[in-house]
Amino acid sequence: MTQAANPVPAIAVQSLTVSFGEGAARIHAVKGVSFAVAEGEVFGIVGESGSGKSTILRVISGLHRDWSGTLTVRGAPVGIRRSKQFYKLVQMVFQDPYGSLHPRQTVDQILAEGLFVQGMGDRERRIQRALYDVGLPAAFRFRYPHQLSGGQRQRVAIARALILEPRILLLDEPTSSLDVSVQAEILNLLRHLRMQQRLSCLLVSHNLAVIAHMCDRLAVMNAGRIVEELDAAQLRAGRADHPYTRQLMRASKGYDRKTAAALVSYD
Amino acid sequence: MTGGSSAPLLEVEDLRIGFRSPHGVVEAVRGIDFSVGREKLGIVGESGSGKTCTGRAILRLLPDHAELSARRFVFDGTDLLASSEHDMRRIRGRRISMIMQDPKFSLNPVMTVGAQIAEAYATHARTNSREARRRALAMLEAVRIRDPERVFAAYAHELSGGMGQRVMIAMMLITDPDLLIADEPCSALDVTVQMQVLAIIDDLVRQRGMGLIFISHDLNLVASFCDRVLVMYGGQIVESCAAAELHRAAHPYTRGLLAALPRLERPVEELAVLERDPAWLRPQERVAR
Repeated sequence: MTQAANPVPAIAVQSLTVSFGEGAARIHAVKGVSFAVAEGEVFGIVGESGSGKSTILRVISGLHRDWSGTLTVRGAPVGIRRSKQFYKLVQMVFQDPYGSLHPRQTVDQILAEGLFVQGMGDRERRIQRALYDVGLPAAFRFRYPHQLSGGQRQRVAIARALILEPRILLLDEPTSSLDVSVQAEILNLLRHLRMQQRLSCLLVSHNLAVIAHMCDRLAVMNAGRIVEELDAAQLRAGRADHPYTRQLMRASKGYDRKTAAALVSYD
Repeated sequence: MTGGSSAPLLEVEDLRIGFRSPHGVVEAVRGIDFSVGREKLGIVGESGSGKTCTGRAILRLLPDHAELSARRFVFDGTDLLASSEHDMRRIRGRRISMIMQDPKFSLNPVMTVGAQIAEAYATHARTNSREARRRALAMLEAVRIRDPERVFAAYAHELSGGMGQRVMIAMMLITDPDLLIADEPCSALDVTVQMQVLAIIDDLVRQRGMGLIFISHDLNLVASFCDRVLVMYGGQIVESCAAAELHRAAHPYTRGLLAALPRLERPVEELAVLERDPAWLRPQERVAR
């Protein structure tokens, strides 16, 4: 969709393969996956648990180091080890706002940590600005995570990522542990920040409606493989070719006894 | 069993649950009325709305610092408030059972799942261990586990989320309860697995004529699965309707929740954000305890 504007993609993944374990217990979580996220685009990966979607994010962010294939970020090849500059460019927001913030650090310490690591000055102004950008009152700066609601914590996690002014944001199920009313607020915030700061995003979710709402294009994953790539309009119109995607769409519509009886495995 | 087919299994009037704290009593449920027959009743609401508390109160599984009161709280002729702990043990598991949210935390990690299911049966039926084992294997088959012998001998950590949840359902249904409370039974499951688990519960409710209280935050799921829905907000029931009519809900809270959901068939630039109105929390008269 937006590819023509800038030919160098924000993220390009070629033949990515990831395995866990040794010998007979070796599991191939990702089996030769290729895709590209264009500059300024929001690209979604949708799939069920165990499909390998979160593993891909963990590889790109450097959290998982045992992989093969090619990974380039803004045209530059990325290896197993990551530089400080890489994390200035790429940041991640995790699924569980209860688990991803340090419980004994204040919001202020959480936000200052990245600035300190990256040697970024002007911390006072940056922290105030980051809280303002994610819609949190300035007074929240000296609170601990346990004094915040789930939605407020996720706002802190987004502020923590964006305070480093990254160009690429990795989002791993950022709203799946939140109530629908809070999910709407966080999705609106992410959409707004993404446009304002012209971020490229890679969003992983099991929720087709969330993916359609947020993304320009998406890949559907099943059992470690991308079964097809679609744009949001095709997804909304139900123009999916692969039977797995079509089954996922039927199952997402709510409970239906006949649909339940007709489910098959595409592993 | 007492009562005709039309008599409700559970009748609740003015149920109130509070938690004592150093700052006074925090009210979690603030005077709710409802009844459940042999049907699928959904309770929806956000976290903190009091839906899980309500489910636990029916089994009297609230912690010691909870205060429970009601004008009427009757299960099939038994007053749940007046029942002793001894009486409750005969109701829990046998007459009313509960499927918890996450099988990983609800199953015993150091006991095979088969032994746990058989134990549930043996606790409530006068039986020998061979009969308990036979029933447990039959129950695993009823929840469509392909290889019941293998799963019987497995530990909880060796099972996937969907399998674990089926084991929980098998354990809760082996005593043939009259009322099943399912607290977010599917929230840890993928949509396709969720559909299969719901189909199993659906069939069992129909075949056994059970009552079901289905607690969930997923409005679409409840609308498509249940017969009736109660919508809870701030410890109160703000709306009650037929599940199929949920999309035509009248209360601004329910409408707000529905509008906040992104939908495949209806693209929007900005999702509607729920504007909470303090008037939804109408002032409650305190009941003398």
